[in-house]
Formats: sequence, structure tokens, C-alpha cells
Amino acid sequence: MKGGTDRVAGSDEVTGPDRTSGTPILEGVDLVREYRMPRRSLREPGAVVRALDGVSIAIEEGETFGIVGESGSGKSTLSRILMALDQPTEGTVRYAGRQVSGTRERRLRFLRRDVQMILQDPMSSLNPRMRVGRLISEPLSALGIDCDHRDRVGELLNAVGLSDDVVDRYPHQFSGGQRQRIAIARALAPGPRVIVADEPVSALDVSVRAQILNLLTDLAEQFRLTLVMVSHDLSVVRYLCDRIAVMHQGRIVETGDTEQIYSDPQQAYTRKLLAAVPTLEGDLLNRYARSDA
Amino acid sequence: MSGLTVENLVVEVNGQPAVRGVSFELDSGGRTGLIGESGCGKSLTALALMGLLPHGVTASGSVLLDGRNLLDLSDKEMCRVRGNSLAMVFQEPMTALNPMMRVGKQIAESLRMHRGMDRAAAGRRAVELLDRVRLPEPEQTARKYPHQLSGGQRQRVVLAIALACDPVVLVADEPTTALDVTVQAQMLRLMDELVREEGASLLLITHDLPVVASVCEEVLVMYGGTIVETGLVREVFDAPRHHYTAGLLASTALDSVDGSGRLATIPGRVPSLGQFPDGCVYRNRCPRADEVCVATPLLSGDEPSLTGDLAVSQIGRRAFACHHPLHDDRVGA
Repeated sequence: MKGGTDRVAGSDEVTGPDRTSGTPILEGVDLVREYRMPRRSLREPGAVVRALDGVSIAIEEGETFGIVGESGSGKSTLSRILMALDQPTEGTVRYAGRQVSGTRERRLRFLRRDVQMILQDPMSSLNPRMRVGRLISEPLSALGIDCDHRDRVGELLNAVGLSDDVVDRYPHQFSGGQRQRIAIARALAPGPRVIVADEPVSALDVSVRAQILNLLTDLAEQFRLTLVMVSHDLSVVRYLCDRIAVMHQGRIVETGDTEQIYSDPQQAYTRKLLAAVPTLEGDLLNRYARSDA
Repeated sequence: MSGLTVENLVVEVNGQPAVRGVSFELDSGGRTGLIGESGCGKSLTALALMGLLPHGVTASGSVLLDGRNLLDLSDKEMCRVRGNSLAMVFQEPMTALNPMMRVGKQIAESLRMHRGMDRAAAGRRAVELLDRVRLPEPEQTARKYPHQLSGGQRQRVVLAIALACDPVVLVADEPTTALDVTVQAQMLRLMDELVREEGASLLLITHDLPVVASVCEEVLVMYGGTIVETGLVREVFDAPRHHYTAGLLASTALDSVDGSGRLATIPGRVPSLGQFPDGCVYRNRCPRADEVCVATPLLSGDEPSLTGDLAVSQIGRRAFACHHPLHDDRVGA
């Protein structure tokens, strides 16, 4: 517990000046995303599902922001819309004050460079037929970044704790944790300012999970990154994030400083979610029964 | 009364021992956790108990249930045990269920096969079982296909199938890993209740220590195909004696960091099969390893009188396989 607050205090020193600079680095205003279900009848169109229902969010430069919620709460939809990989039905997304929702892809090159993503399962997010060197340098060539790719790849591999003699190997030759390190190196390659990580440690063993979380913390500091963590694992988010937003049924039900939400949740849904997290103390079943009553 | 007794279980993959002489006993009504990282032999142990090892993987030793060694049974005899007195819940309910069959029928199938019930009686019992695992509107649910259910509902159906024939032993391999936290909490509560009420013994296999702390009384810590520590959950988690257990606990506890704000980790990674060191399996990652560790430590307790090979660990018996056990003060916190 004490360590957690130390860390937040420590990162405040780093992010303090940025936080007050005004414009959020990534901002969504009144976002709505509707999907149409497949048609069930020949006469009527399929039902409309609101995956996001009026979500507003502002992520400040340099902070670590967590989006938590259960499957179907809309957290992944929100992260995709913030990255302009999907368009909102209504509402606006701005990156550093520039509007990115509704903008043509060819005008979004700055965003593709500045905002990168890490996905849950590196086995499916890394092309199995590409060698590590090419996997990591691909974003550099795709974005036309002029530098010595070989040097840059070596630099990135060192930054994520891999030796640079692995460039000629394929993803299947690595363990889950090492593959996630490769995915992180690839995300860092173009020198992004924001990294969106969607469940980056959910597929990993506990000991490896701690290694990757340490790595993400170090890299965020070293490269002055803004980190957006999307996760259903509340203990991971608590460790890593300065602020969180709790999502439920397409809405943000509660947002604020992580420690404050964990110690004093205001919404019934947040309380229920927190009560469902198993702990080493082993009092889950009693706690959960109480919150359910 | 004992549910299942495993003695000196050895599982070999292409001649390489992946599980090397594991012994434990599951008490009826008891809830035992089996923990460790991926690649430590947890799932192979479960598959060996169930007689579901893939081709090229062989098991030796003994798995005693009702006085019979399951490893000696023919495939046909094993089919009568599996799903009957010995049932299993798998991690991924979508692959455990038949996508082409209504869920009610899948539950009834097991009852008709093992209990010889007719179709109508088995169908009625299936609805009762769906109600028992707290699925709303059990009659309608019985007529649904797996894809029409959510992940949590599917896992309840798998549990209903497992419980259909009142098993003596329920083996659950990562039953909640694919589920959301609130659904996980419901599922754990349900398993806990059902196991208590039915008097079955539960073997819960997971890498998630808090899940074990929530449901189990006893825990077996597995590394490199051997059990490195065992005892009551409270004792093992509060005061681990093996350095591997301590490392797992420390890397689980995300609320404790060292002076520079870093989480505790276990150095290195799980070696691949056949790459584990001789002697103590953990010595290439252990902070305390020295030349003594070249000799294989025995799984033994603290008191000198108890030292020696525990052929079958007694219920709640505290034992660890380490030459330099940690002392009672909590490490890593």
C-alpha cells in the first residue's frame, strides 16, 4: 500500500508541469458509438446497440490513465475510437487539440506516429512469418521515418530488455513475456507520445506480469510517455495508473484519482467491481456475498 | 475418508519427464489448489488424472480412486469413470462444449450414458442442474446452443455437466481465467458451495494465487514437475518456506514495491522441458542457491522426526523441498 502512494507521488513530480499545460493530449467529447446487429427478419433492420453512450474523457500528457470495466462495457470500443481506428457515431476526438474523428486517414499520419498500441496476445498481434528485426522496423518504413533501422532496432531491443542478437528469430521462438517485449519495442519504434495498451499483461504468468509492468513503468518514465491502460484487472490498473475511469454499459460511471476510487468508491457498480477482486487474504467469498446482498 | 490418492505420478513427454514423482491426496469435501507458472506440469498432472493425455505422453505411478488405479484402466473402463465419479471443468468453455448441440442435451448425455436414464428423465434432471448452477430460466436455457450464452453462462453449463453424476472428485483447470472479475467471483462462490454440499473434493489448478486463497484450504505449489511446497493455504501464503512460493507471492502482490518503486519479480524464466537443472529444480533462479542445492531436496516438514520422503502427504501437512528454507517471517512483502 505504502509503495503505491510513493509511486504516485514520484510520478507527480515528473508529470506535474505537463498536467497544468492546459490542452489534454487525448480527448473524447460526448462520444457515442452505435452498432447495428445482424438483421433477424426480412422486413425490419437489425436492432441498434449503443456500445458507447455519451462518454467524455480527457487524458493529460505524461499521465498513466486506466480504463477499467468488464467485457461488453465499451472499454475496447472507446480505446479504438480514441486511436481513430474506429469512428464515433456522434462526438469528437481530439489529439493535442487537433480533431481526429471524421478526418481522412491520409491526414492522420501524425497520429499514426504519435499514438501506438500494445495488444493482449502478442502471439496473434505479431506476424508469425516476420523476423523480429523486420517486425520492429516495419512501423519505421511504413511511416517513412528516416533513420538507420538496424541501429534503431538494436536500441529498442535493449530498451525492452532483449539482446540485439534476436533480430533474425521468429515470434514463435520466444516465450509469452518475451513476445510482449517485442510488441512493446514495435510500439516504441516510431517514437510515440502516447501508448494505448489493451490488456497487455492478461495473458501472462504472474511473475512475468510483474516484469512487464516494471518495464512499462520504466519506459513511460524514460520516454516521457502517456500511457492509456485498458484492463479488466483492477489490481494491475491500481498499480500502474494515476487516474482511472470505470466503465459500465457504455458509460463512464466513475472517474478520478486511482487511490481515491479504490479507497472510497462512490458508485454502487464500482464497489461491486472492487469487491469481486480476489486477494491473497482470501476473504473474497464473504466480501462478495456482502456486496451482493 | 479419502477421495483420490496420487502416488509417485510420473508423466513423460517423448521420454522426458515433465511431471517427476508427484504424490498427494484429495480429501472428500476438501478444496485443494495446485499452483505454479505455465510449463511447470500442472495441466499435465490434471490430464493424467483424467486419463486424457495426448499420444506420445505416458503416465506411470498410481492414481487411486475407490481402490482402483486409474492408470491401469483400459480406455473403455476409463470412459465409465470420467464424467461419472471423476469430472473436469476446463478453462475455455466454448471449446469444451459441443457447438452443434443444445446445452440441455449435453448435460443429459452424461446422465444417459452413466446413469442409464431415459431421455425424458435425463432432460428433466438437466433442467434441475441448470437451476442448481444458478442459470436464470433453466427450461429456456436448456434449449439454447452454446453460442447463445455468455462466457460465464457457458462455464456454468460446463460445471453442470461436471456435477451431473455427483462426482467424487472435481478437477478444475483454470476455470475462471477467461471470465470477468464479477463473473469469476460468482463462479468461485458457486463451485465452493456445490463442492461443500456434494461432499466432492476439488482440485483447482490455476496460476492465480488470490483465487486459490479465496476458495481452497490446502495448496500444492508445483515447479519443474515436482511439488516444492504444500500445506494449508493460510500457512503457506502467510509464511512461505520455499523460495519459489515466496517469489510467486511477491510478484502477485502488486501493492508492495521496493524502494525504487519496482515490483518484485522472479529472475529468469521457466526453463523449457528437459532444461530444468538437476538437484533442486529451482536452483538456477533461486537467490539462495549454493553447492548444497546440487542434491535433490526431499519434500519434508520442519520437525526432524518427520524428515524423509513423504510418500503421501497428509492433509494439511506442511512440507517443502528446500535446503535453505525461509524462516517464518514473511518475505517479499
